[in-house]
Amino acid sequence: MKFIFSSNTWQEIFGSIGKNKTRTAITVIGVLWGIFIYIALAGAAKGLDNGFERAFESTAMNSMFVWAQSTSMPYEGYKTGRSLQLKLSDVNTLKNRIPEIQYIAPRNAKGVFGGSQAAVVRGQKTGNAPVYGDFPIYTKIATKKIYDGGRFINDEDIEQARKVVVIGERTQKEIFEEDENPIGEFIRVDNIYFQIVGVHKFVPGGGFESDTDMYIPYSTYKKLYNTGENVDWLTIAAYDDADVIQAEKDVKAVLKSIHNVNPEDERAIGAFNLGEIFNRITGFAKGLTFLSLIVGIATILAGVISIGNILLISVKERTKELGIRRALGATPKEVRNLIILESVFLTVISGIMGIVLGALVLYGIDAATQDTDMPYTNPTLPISYVLGALGIMVFLGTLIGLIPAQRAVSIKPIDALREE
Amino acid sequence: MIEIKDLHKSYKMGNNSLHVLKGINFNVKEGELVAIMGSSGSGKSTLLNILGMLDVLDEGSYTLDGVPIVDLNETKAAKYRNKFLGFIFQSFNLINYKSAAENVALPLYYQGVGRKERQEKALKYLEQVGLKQWAGHLPSELSGGQKQRVAIARALAAEPKVLMADEPTGALDSKTSYEVMDLIQKINDAGNTILIVTHEPDIADMCKRIVHLKDGVIVEDKIVDQVRASQYV
Ligand SMILES: Nc1ncnc2c1ncn2[C@@H]1O[C@H](COP(=O)(O)OP(=O)(O)O)[C@@H](O)[C@H]1O
Ligand SMILES: [Mg+2]
Repeated sequence: MKFIFSSNTWQEIFGSIGKNKTRTAITVIGVLWGIFIYIALAGAAKGLDNGFERAFESTAMNSMFVWAQSTSMPYEGYKTGRSLQLKLSDVNTLKNRIPEIQYIAPRNAKGVFGGSQAAVVRGQKTGNAPVYGDFPIYTKIATKKIYDGGRFINDEDIEQARKVVVIGERTQKEIFEEDENPIGEFIRVDNIYFQIVGVHKFVPGGGFESDTDMYIPYSTYKKLYNTGENVDWLTIAAYDDADVIQAEKDVKAVLKSIHNVNPEDERAIGAFNLGEIFNRITGFAKGLTFLSLIVGIATILAGVISIGNILLISVKERTKELGIRRALGATPKEVRNLIILESVFLTVISGIMGIVLGALVLYGIDAATQDTDMPYTNPTLPISYVLGALGIMVFLGTLIGLIPAQRAVSIKPIDALREE
Repeated sequence: MIEIKDLHKSYKMGNNSLHVLKGINFNVKEGELVAIMGSSGSGKSTLLNILGMLDVLDEGSYTLDGVPIVDLNETKAAKYRNKFLGFIFQSFNLINYKSAAENVALPLYYQGVGRKERQEKALKYLEQVGLKQWAGHLPSELSGGQKQRVAIARALAAEPKVLMADEPTGALDSKTSYEVMDLIQKINDAGNTILIVTHEPDIADMCKRIVHLKDGVIVEDKIVDQVRASQYV
C-alpha cells in the first residue's frame, strides 16, 4: 500500500507513460471509447424512457376509453346491426362489478367525433369550439392544467346544472383582449349564456384534445343538448397494479351483459387501451435500456481487453527495460506493481475522460431536442452506474494487467537482458 | 569478498544437458581488479552471471562479503543485486527513454533513496565519469563510449561492494576502450573491487589479476603487472 502513495512510484509511472506516448494514447482511446459508448447509450436510452413518460404524464398510464358501436351478431331476439348507447347507470354497474377500476368518468362531446362544434359568441366576436359534458372526476384520470384564478367543473356545478364553462386557451385569445381577465365573464355557447370559471392550458400529445375544447358540467350538457342519460364514452382508469388488458376485457363483458349483446360479439363495444400501448412503449424503452447496457458492457469489456493487449505488447517491447530494472535491483513485486499501477492509472484517467465526453454528448442531445416533439427528456445516468462502470473497469483493468505483469516477472532477468 | 567453492552449472536444452562450469574454485579479495579470460563459449558470462545473481548455480557454494548466497529467490536476488552489485554490460543496457541522469539514478530509486538525493548523486557520479554536461541527454544522443561511461556511473551510484563488467569494451573501438579502462582503473584505485569478463588480452593486461577459463575449469590464475590505460589515452 505504501507503494501506491509514494511519489517516487508515480514519478516512475508518469515517466513511463509520458515517454511512451503512442502506447499511452492507444490505451487511453480504447478505454475512453468504451466508457463513452456506455454513457452515451445508457443516457440516451434513459432520455427516451423519460421522454415517453413525459409524453404520457397528463394521462393516467393504465387508462382506457370505451364506447358503444353496433352489434355484429344476433342475440336473444335482437337483430344484427343494432346501435348501442351507453347510459349513465352503466358507470355504477361497472364500478360495482369490476374491483380493478379506480375511476370512471363518463363523457359526452359535441364536435369531436361527430356533430357540429358549438357556436361561441361574445359581443361581436364569434367562434366555434368542441364542447364536452364532464364530471369533476375526469381530472383524476387526465390532469387538466387550469390557469391561475380558474378551476375545473366541481360537484356543485353538476348538482345545480350550473351554466359554467372552462374554455381553451385559444378560445380565450380569440374572444378576449390580452389584458382582459376571462374568469367570471359571460359567453354564449349555442345561444345559452355561460359563465367562464376557468381556462385550461393545452398540453400537446394527448390524442384528440385541442386548445379550443370547452368543458361544461355533464348535467348542463344534458339539458342543453337534450341527451338524457346518454353517455358518449367512458374514460376508465384501473388501479396502478391492475392488469389493464384484463380490465378492458372485464369492462367489455359487463357492458355486453348490460346491453344484451352476444358475449362473442367483438365489434359491439369499442375500446382504446392507453395502458396497453403505454406498456408496449415502456417495454420498448426498457428493451432499449437493456440493449444499451449490454452494448455498453461489451464495449467496456473490449476496452479493458485492449488495455490488457496493449500492456502485453508493451511488456514484450519492454522486456529488456524490465530486465535492466531487475538487474539494478527491482524486485518482481515492484515490476508487477509498476505495470498494474500503470494499467489502473490509464484506465481511471481515460475512464474519467470518457465520462466527461459522454456527459457532454448527452448534454448536447438534450439541448438539441429541448424544444422539439421528440420524446426525449433529461438523459441522465445515476452516478452509481457511472461509478459502477468505472469500478468494473478498474477491477478488470487490474485483473487483465496481472497477465502481462506476471509475464514480465516470469522471465529470468538474464534472459530479459539478452533480448534485443 | 567473493568465495566460490566447487561451482557447477549446466544448461538443460530438451534432453541434452550442457555442462558449462565444472567445479570452479575462486576467491576475490577487496580492492582487486580481476580479468576473467577465455575463448568464446568457455563460460565466462555464465560465471559472471552467477556471481551477479542474475542466474543460479547448480552445485557448490557462494559467499559474498561474508553472506552465504543460498535459497536465492528472485526477490532476494534483486535485493542483493541492489545492495552489493553494480553491472556494466557490453551493450550498455541504458533505458532509452530516460536521460543520462535518470538512468544513473535508477538503482538509487530501488534502494528507496529520495528524489532530491538521487538527483544529486546521479550528477556526482556523472561528473566522476566526465559527463556532467550530458546529464539531460537521452542515450540516443550519446556516443558508444559516453553510453558506457553513463552505465559505469550507474553501476557506481549504488555504491556496490563489487562491480561486474561483461565485455565492457566489446562494443567499442580501441581508443574508446582504453578510455573506459582508464576510468575503470581509476575506480579500482579508489578501492573498488571489480571483475571484468573479456577475451581481449590487452584489456586483461590492464587488470591486476587474470583468471583463465577453459572447458569449464580455471586453467590459470595469475597476478600481473598492471598496464595503465592512461598512457594510450
Ligand atoms: N541460457 C542458455 N541456455 C543454453 N545454453 C547457454 C545459455 N547461455 C549460455 N549457454 C551456452 O553455455 C556456453 C557458455 O556460454 P557463455 O557463458 O555465454 O560463454 P562466454 O561468455 O565465455 O562466451 C556456451 O556454449 C553457450 O552456448
Ligand atoms: Mg560472454
